[in-house]
Amino acid sequence: MSRYLRFLVPLAIFAVIAAFLFKGLDENYNPRAIPSPLIGKPVPEFSLPLLEQPDTQITNKDLLGKVYLLNVWATWCVSCRAEHETLVQLGRMNKVDIYGLNWKDDRVAAQAWLRQLGNPYAANIFDKKGRTAIDLGVYGAPETFLVDAQGIIRYKHAGPVSPDLIRDKILPMVAELKKKG
Amino acid sequence: MIPEIGHYALILALSLAIIQAIVPLAGSYTNTHSWMALSRPLVWGQLLFLTLSTAVLANAFLANDFSVIYVAQHGNTKLPDLYKISAVWGAHEGSLLLWAFLLAAWSAAIALFSRNLPLPVVARVLSVMGMISIGFLLFLLLTSNPFDRTFPVPFEGRELNPMLQDPGLAIHPPLLYMGYVGFSVAFAFSIAALLGGKLDASWARWSRPWTTVAWVFLTVGIALGSWWAYYELGWGGWWFWDPVENASLMPWLIGTALMHSLAVTEKRGAFKSWTVLLALFAFSLSLLGTFLVRSGVLTSVHSFASDPERGVFILAFLLIAIGGSLLLYAWRAPYISGGGRFDLISRETFLLGNNLLLSVLAGLILLGTLAPLIYDAMEWGKISVGFPWFNKMFVLLTPFLALLMGVGSISRWKHTDASFLVKQLKVAFIISMVFGLLTLLPMFSGGNLMVGLGMGLAMWVVTSHLVNVKERLKHKAGFNGFLRDLSGGGRSYYGMILAHMGVAMFIVGVTMVSNYGIEQDIRMSPGDTADIAGYEFKFEGVSEFPGPNYNAHRGRFLISKDGKQIAILLPEKRTYFVQTRPMTEAGIDWGLTRDLYVSLGESLGGGDWSMRLYYKPYIRWIWIAAIFMGLGGLLAISDRRYRTARKRASSTSTLAAGSSTPAAAESHS
Repeated sequence: MSRYLRFLVPLAIFAVIAAFLFKGLDENYNPRAIPSPLIGKPVPEFSLPLLEQPDTQITNKDLLGKVYLLNVWATWCVSCRAEHETLVQLGRMNKVDIYGLNWKDDRVAAQAWLRQLGNPYAANIFDKKGRTAIDLGVYGAPETFLVDAQGIIRYKHAGPVSPDLIRDKILPMVAELKKKG
Repeated sequence: MIPEIGHYALILALSLAIIQAIVPLAGSYTNTHSWMALSRPLVWGQLLFLTLSTAVLANAFLANDFSVIYVAQHGNTKLPDLYKISAVWGAHEGSLLLWAFLLAAWSAAIALFSRNLPLPVVARVLSVMGMISIGFLLFLLLTSNPFDRTFPVPFEGRELNPMLQDPGLAIHPPLLYMGYVGFSVAFAFSIAALLGGKLDASWARWSRPWTTVAWVFLTVGIALGSWWAYYELGWGGWWFWDPVENASLMPWLIGTALMHSLAVTEKRGAFKSWTVLLALFAFSLSLLGTFLVRSGVLTSVHSFASDPERGVFILAFLLIAIGGSLLLYAWRAPYISGGGRFDLISRETFLLGNNLLLSVLAGLILLGTLAPLIYDAMEWGKISVGFPWFNKMFVLLTPFLALLMGVGSISRWKHTDASFLVKQLKVAFIISMVFGLLTLLPMFSGGNLMVGLGMGLAMWVVTSHLVNVKERLKHKAGFNGFLRDLSGGGRSYYGMILAHMGVAMFIVGVTMVSNYGIEQDIRMSPGDTADIAGYEFKFEGVSEFPGPNYNAHRGRFLISKDGKQIAILLPEKRTYFVQTRPMTEAGIDWGLTRDLYVSLGESLGGGDWSMRLYYKPYIRWIWIAAIFMGLGGLLAISDRRYRTARKRASSTSTLAAGSSTPAAAESHS
C-alpha cells in the first residue's frame, strides 16, 4: 500500500499550495493592503475647488456630520473606469454619499467622463496638484476611504471596489457608523 | 473589421485545439490510423490561425487602431515601430496570445521533427499539447480578449509602459515564454508515456533535445531580464528576488534537474518516475508563474493588471492541468519498472544529489515566494521575505552543487572506484584549495571567507572539468581526436563542459560583484569629481534634449584613470509624454573585468544633481555565463546521437508506442 501512497505525495503537496492560492484570490486578501496609518485619524485638512464649479472651494470641515465615502479617481486611471459602474450602482442605492477626489486630472476630461459614464458623486474635489492625495497616503488610483461623521477615517480600500466588497464590507460598516451617529 | 478577423481566428484555433485534444488520442487507443494522422494537419491549422491572430494584433498597433481597447491602452502614434510590435506582448492579453502562439509553434515543431516517432506517440503528445492549448485559448477568449473594441474611439493611445520601451525588453518576454512553453513538450511526452504505460530509454531520448532547447531559451530569457533590470532600473542590481523573477527561476531549476535526470533515464533506465515527476513539475511551475503574475495574489514590479475573475480561471486551469497530471502520475507511476541498479559511488548517485539540491532550491523559492500568502491565510500576520533570506539559502546550498558537479561529471555510470576519483581529482582539489586560500591573503580579500569559498569553488569546477577532458582525450589520440569528437558524437559531452564552465563564470561574477562592488550616492555640482575604486568621475552638467516620445535630461561624465580619460558616460533621465513617469537610463562603461555605472537621481536645483555611482567588478561574467550555458545546450542537441536515433527509430516506426531502442551504453554522455 505504501508503495502507492508514495506517488500521491506530489499531488498532496500541490493540493496544499492550491488551497493557499485559492485563499489568496479572496477579495478581502490584498497583498498591497499595508494597514493604513490613517485609519482612526481625521481626514487631513484641505481646501480645494470643486470639479464642477472651479470658483467654489470645499474644505474637510464642509463634510463633517455625515458618514461618506471618499473615492480617489482620475480619467487616466484604467481601473477607475472598471470601478465606475459599481460606484454608479452604489450611488443609486442612496445609502451613503460618495465624494470624489479627482486626482491630478484634466478638468474638461473629468467632466466629460462623468457626463458619459454617469455621476455617482455628491461632489468632486479637484486635486490638480495631488497635494491632498499625498496627505491621504494615496499611492495609486483608485482608492476608497470610509469616513465617519466626526471626519475620522474608518476604512480604506486600495484598488477598485467590487459589488461584493460593497455588500459584505462597506455597507455594513456604513450602517454601523450611522447608528453611532 | 480586421480585428474581428483576429478574434475569429482565435475561435477557429480553439475549435481545432478541441478536435486535436480528442481525436488523435482516441485514435491511439482504438488504433485508428486516420484519427492519429489527423494530429499533424490540426497542429498546422492551429499555428496558421494563431499566426494570423497575432499578426492582426500587431497590425492594429502599427495602424494605431485605438478602437481596440488593448491597443488604446498600450499603443500610441508616437511610439517607435519596434515598440509597437513589442507592445503586442507588453501587457496581459497580448502576452497570453503570445503564449498560445508559441504553444502552437512548439506543437508544429513536434509535428515537423517527429517523422520517425511511432504514430501513437505523436498522436498522444499532440493531443496533450492540444489540451494545454484549449486552456490558454479559453482563457483568452473568455476573460482576456485582446480584440475587444471600445466606443467612442480615443484619439490617442495610452502608450506602452515606458519601462518596457527598451530593445532588451522587447525580446525578453518571447525568449522567456519560449522556455516556459517549451517545457510543455517534455510535459506532453510524459503524459503521453504515462497514458501509454511505457516509459523507457527511447522516451527519455525523445524528450531530451526538446527539454534542452526549452532550457536554453529560458536561460537566455532570464539572463536578458536580469541584464535589463541592471541597466534600466538604475539600481545597479542584477537580481531582486521579485516574485516574478522567482517564478522564472523555479522552472529553470527544475528544468536543469530534468535535463540531468533525463540523461540518467536515457543511459541507464533509472530514475524513471522521478524524471517524469520533474517533467510534470517543470511545466507546472511555468503555469504557476503565469498564475502568480496575473492573478494579483502577489505584489511585484512586473504584475499585470489583476482581476479576480482571471485569477479564478487560471486557478481552475492549474487545478485541472497540474492536479490532473499528478493524479495520472499517482495512478500510473507505481507500475513503472525500476531501472538499472547502481552503486553508492557512481554517476547516478551524484546526479541524484544534484537533482535533490536543485529541487530543494526550487522548493525553498516557492516557499519564500508564497510566504506572504501563507502567513495571511494562516492569520499569522504580514510578512515579506526578501533578499537576505533567499541569498542565505542559496549561499548555503549552491556550493554543494558546484562540488558535486566536478565529481559527478567524471564518475562512471553504475560503479566508480573511490580510488579512481581520488586519483583523478587530487590535483584539481589541491589547486582549488590553494587558490581559494590565496584569495584570503591580505592583498586580495584580507580574509573574506565568502571570496575564498567562491573563488575556490569556481577553480574547482574549472580544474575538475579540465581533468575530465584530459581523461577523455587520453583515449582519443590528442587534438585530432578532439576534432573528430566535435564533428560527431562528442558534442553533447562538450556541450556539458561548456555549460559547466558557464557555472564557474557565474560563481566568479557573483562572488566578485557581491564582495567588491562599490556604490555611492552623492550630490554633485557641474565640475565636481568623485573617486571610486581608482576611477575619477567628473560631472560636467546636465542638458536637455528631446526624444521621439519623451524629453530627456542627459548628464555628462568624463571618466579617467591615472589622469587618462577612458570614457564619457551619458546617463539619462527621461520623462515620457503620455505616461508621465520618469525613467532612468544608466550610463555604463562596460568591461570584462568591471563596469562603471552612473545613474541620475533628482535635480537638486542650481545645476546640482543627486547621483548614484557604481563600480561593478566582473558583473558581465554573470550574463556571459548564461551565454555559455545556452551555447552548451545548443552544442549538446547538435550531437549526432539524436539524429542517428531518429534514423534508427524510423525503421521501427510500426511498433507500438514506447517500444524501446536499446540505450546506448557509452560511459560518457
